[in-house]
Order: sequence, then C-alpha cells, then structure tokens
Amino acid sequence: MSKPVACGLHCTKIKNISVKFGKEVVLKNVNIHIHCGELTVIIGKNGAGKSTLLKAILGEVEHTGSITFMDIKENVTKKIKIGYVPQSINIEKHMPTTVYDLFASCICHIPVFLKKDKKIYQEIKEQLKIFGAERLIDKSIGDLSGGELQRVLLAIATKPHPNLLILDEPVSGIDKTGTEDFYELVNSLKAKYDMSILLVSHDLDLVKKYADKVILLEKEVIKEGTPEEVFKSTEFVNRFGVIN
Amino acid sequence: MEVIYNILEAVLPFEFMEYTFMKNTLLAIILVSPIFAILGTMIVNNKMAFFSDALGHSALTGIAIGALLGITNMNISMVFFAVVFALLLNFVKNKANYGADTIISVFSSIAIALGLAMLAKSGDFNKYSSYLVGDILSISSTEILYLFLAFIAVFAFWYFTFNKLNVLSINKTLAKSRGVNTKLIDNIFVVLIAVIVMISIRWIGILLINSLLVLPAAASRNVAKNMRSYHLLSVIFSLFSGITGLIISYYWNIPTGPMIVLISGIIYFITFGFKKLVKE
Repeated sequence: MSKPVACGLHCTKIKNISVKFGKEVVLKNVNIHIHCGELTVIIGKNGAGKSTLLKAILGEVEHTGSITFMDIKENVTKKIKIGYVPQSINIEKHMPTTVYDLFASCICHIPVFLKKDKKIYQEIKEQLKIFGAERLIDKSIGDLSGGELQRVLLAIATKPHPNLLILDEPVSGIDKTGTEDFYELVNSLKAKYDMSILLVSHDLDLVKKYADKVILLEKEVIKEGTPEEVFKSTEFVNRFGVIN
Repeated sequence: MEVIYNILEAVLPFEFMEYTFMKNTLLAIILVSPIFAILGTMIVNNKMAFFSDALGHSALTGIAIGALLGITNMNISMVFFAVVFALLLNFVKNKANYGADTIISVFSSIAIALGLAMLAKSGDFNKYSSYLVGDILSISSTEILYLFLAFIAVFAFWYFTFNKLNVLSINKTLAKSRGVNTKLIDNIFVVLIAVIVMISIRWIGILLINSLLVLPAAASRNVAKNMRSYHLLSVIFSLFSGITGLIISYYWNIPTGPMIVLISGIIYFITFGFKKLVKE
C-alpha cells in the first residue's frame, strides 16, 4: 500500500473493534491504522456502522478491541487526545448559547452562566481566527450558517491540539462550495499540524480529491487503500457504481 | 430564624408581613424560585419539560407507598421513589430507539394510576389530595432549612458541572470527546430535579410544579442572548412572579401557587411578544 508523505512518527491503531446492539452485530473486527499527516476517510452505505465506529472510538458505545496511540519516535503508547466534530448538534434558532458559551464550556471550568472570562475569551477568539470565524464569537450558535458552524466546531475540536481529529461530515445544511471549503480547511490542517484525521464522508467526489486513504465499511472493513484503489474495486463499484 | 424575620419586617413594612406564615412563605419563595429558575434553563435546553412533568406525577406513587408503609415523613418515600423513577426513566429513554415522549408518557400514566389506585385502596386519598394543588402557606421553618440546603446543593452542582451539562446538551458525543462522564452527569442532573421537585411539591402541588420549572426559563429563552442573560432573566422572572404572586394572592384571596403560575404565564407571553424585536 502506498504511504503518503507524513512525519510517520505517530500513529493511531484501532484494533479488532466489534460492537453489538443486543444480538445485532453492528461492527465486526474493524482494524484501522491512522498515520499522522494523513486524511483517512471512511465511506459506506447508510447503516454501515460509520457513526457507530466513531462513537466506539470515542468510548460512547460499548465495544471490544482497543484503540492505542503510538509515538514511534519515543516508542511509547500515550493516552490519546481526540478532537471531534459532530455531524449535527442540538440547536434552535436564536437559542441563548453563543459560540463563546459553547467553546468555553468545552475548554474550561469557569461556569459560563456566571461570567465571561476575559482571558478565555481572547484565547477563543485567537483560535477562531485560525478558522476565519472570530467575528462569530458572540453570535448564537443557532443563528450560524451550516458552513460557519462547521468552522466553529472545527476550531473547538482542535483546541487543545488533538492527536486524532475525528470528523463526522454533515449530510445536510451545507452547499457544495461550503463542503469543498471544509475539505480545503481540513486539508490545510493536516499539512500544517501533522495531524491524524479520520473523516466519515458522504461526498464521494471530494473524497477522491482529498483523501489519502479510503476505507469502505460495511459492518467490517471490506476494502481499503488509496482512493484510486478503492474506487476501482469491485466491492466499491457494486455499492456505489463507477465514479469518474 | 428570629433575626431573619426581623430583617424581613424591616425591609418590607407591609401589613401582610406581620404574619409568621407569610414570612415563611416569602422565605421559601426566595429560596425556591432561583433553584427552579436555573434548573429550568437546562430542562428547557434539553427539551425535558415533559420529563420533569412526569417526575412531578410520580409524587403520587411516592405518597401512596409512604402511606402504605406507614412512613410519617412523606418526603422520604416521595424523594426515594422519585429518584428511582427518574433514574429508571433516564435509563429506558437512553436505551429505546423511538420517541422519548411516548416512553415518558407511559411512565407518567403508570405512576399516576398506581398512586391513585394504592391511595384509594388504603382509603388515604382524601388525606393526601391537598398534594395535587399544594399549599405554600403551610410551610414550616424546618422545611425552610431543607430548602436552604437544597439551594446550596443546586448552586454548588451548577457551579462545578454547568459547563459539562452545557456541552452534553449540545451533543453527547462531543461531550464524551471532551472527557465528560456523560452518564454520571446526566443522572446526577435528573436526580437533583427529582429531589427538588419532591421537596417542593407539597407547597406547589403536583399539578403546577412543572410550570415553575419551565415557565421562567422559557420566558427568559425568548429574550436572552447568551448563557449569562439566560440565567439572570430566568431567576429574575421566577423571583418576580413568586413574590408578586404571593402578595396578590394575599390581597385577592386566591391560592398562592396558581397566582404565581399565572404571573409566570403572563411574563412568558410578554417576552414572546418581544422576541422578534430583541432577536431580529
């Protein structure tokens, strides 16, 4: 398998992940190696277990198997820090939660209902700036556009700096250019911070353009490799047809 | 207690403040309103209004069980049953794939039916029917002490866990990725609601308790722009309707609980009218 350019000194190993809901097997023996500086994309039909896999990695659903983070340079396993961008969040128009409220709730213990901490406010503003979203800091999260919300969530997920960034791409609410912008942003993060990124995607055209590695999931990994390898495979064509 | 009474008399030199029961009631309102107001903010955010309603209804079963076992302090059996009920409901709600409202409705109906049946069988129904509408004027100074402890517990919990609760209400997996023990926090939250609802239900009544939790926060949500104003306004609305409700009920000879709820309702509609103006 061809390996794209990366420092290659860190990797996340997802070993033998299996998930059962009652008697139903949702995931079976999923093994994935994610290298730093690499964008690994998970694709699959609805109900293939994509979101469940993310939840298993984050420890929200019970699973067997293990997730380890290796620092190859020092040859030690470390506790993994994961940043996560959810597919959708519980929001309503005009709700009284501002970007600051959500962000500060994620990164500090000073209760956001009591006061707006100046130092934290500045920190958040600087982090948002990286994603071109600093002017949104006092806006209600319910009033952001789909693209704006993604930038904010991405800014939150990358503070503090995670070893593994997990993104669940939204199915709706963002137009085509918005999605492309999002991929550009993710791509630049990858290059800039040498981060391991795991993305669940629904947009196959963009996957082909940006992914370093593609994993086709259907309860188990049925095909993995570079976008070309996967997209040309019979396993892929049987499910999604031919994509040029 | 005497010191507090004297302060109240000095601050509020009105005719109604001469009565001890009015002083006690006022103290109770001053303690209970902010508790309900702040718990309400998250109940409204998490769309749990129906959940807390069902919790209130479970009081009936708690009372019935207490009567059956011959417990003299009803608070104990009510709180105990409500905590079990809340945890069970939370558990089932998280397990089931279909609408939470259906499950809550099932739980709520069973709790009422069971309570009514048990009370009727033991012949205690009339004795406890006052719990349906409540009687805030009957509050004693010992009970005010309980409220004070509850007040401290709620504020401490809110101070230390609010941020976690807030992320949890936005997205559970996001909270998990931030190292929040989502199950624990969620369970403590519902247990806290259960305890507060149960210790207040005798004064406010099973029928109205939920409106005190939901209305001030819902009104505040109409106009608040961030978490700070959301909390502040909710507390102000709650205190205002509590205190004015008590005073009006004294002069007009109307039950206090319903009067408080009516004023909260009016505030809700006023803020609803301002919503467009403030937010757009």
